[in-house]
Amino acid sequence: MKARVLVRPKQGILDPQGKAVERALPALGFEGVTNVRVGRLIELEVEDPRQLGQMCEQLLANPLIEDYEIVTEPAAEAPATAA
Amino acid sequence: MKVGVVRFPGSCDELDALAAASLVGEATILPHGRPELSGVDAVVIPGGFSYGDYLRAGAIARFAPVMEAVARFAREGGPVLGICNGFQVLCEARLLPGALLANRHLRFRCRQVTCLVDNPQTPFTRACRGRQTLSIPVKHTTGRYHAPEPVLDELEARGQVVLRYAEEANPNGSARDIAGVCSAEGNVFGLMPHPEHAVDPLTGSRDGLCIFESMREHVDGALAVA
Repeated sequence: MKARVLVRPKQGILDPQGKAVERALPALGFEGVTNVRVGRLIELEVEDPRQLGQMCEQLLANPLIEDYEIVTEPAAEAPATAA
Repeated sequence: MKVGVVRFPGSCDELDALAAASLVGEATILPHGRPELSGVDAVVIPGGFSYGDYLRAGAIARFAPVMEAVARFAREGGPVLGICNGFQVLCEARLLPGALLANRHLRFRCRQVTCLVDNPQTPFTRACRGRQTLSIPVKHTTGRYHAPEPVLDELEARGQVVLRYAEEANPNGSARDIAGVCSAEGNVFGLMPHPEHAVDPLTGSRDGLCIFESMREHVDGALAVA
């Protein structure tokens, strides 16, 4: 199964990358952008998606400083067979 | 005292650490791929960019075979010193509380800093002259110490904040000017400044030597008791 893990800096933790991006956008004429947070996207294929939570806790994220969100994609539909 | 200095792929300060440890005892390199410590009395995890700092600084090094042995050694009370990347590895391995984040200003900082020994009674600071200041270099991008506020309160109350940047000297935005912390038992110590780069007059300061001399005093004391 294909899965995506989105890792973000925890709320309340200063994210200097996000701040730098937030400051850069107005220089290009993009106004009204706030709360920019820069995280990480990890794409993977797993046989047992139930293990994803443990993978995040133990390696993919550092739960002390990062939140994570697991998005699994439903398996591709079986090829249509003739009715 | 026999000191083992771990070398990971991407370590780069292991030779300076080896030279500094050699001033106070016998020192040897511990390869990352073997889960054993060759009977050393103390372990140093040096600075650098272990495993390219992939994912997060220290995140992959934590799973190196040698780290199994280091974790066991630490649990048995053996002294473990983590410098810079070594500090990051020890935090990722949960042998030390907290985590290290990108510097507040996102810049690589390479400069001499003044630090204050906040707890001069640990195995790594007992040879310091009380709460003295040390002039030691820092060089890092990911050195902003972070822990939740209640944890910071607890660390301060229990004397686990061993080293702080002097007023106005905080190079990275670390919480409460923390430059180095130790474990609850005191035998694991991580710091961002590089004491191994400050042991010879050639580089302007020998203040880092007291960290290594402290380890020797600690180990010699323990050996004498045994």
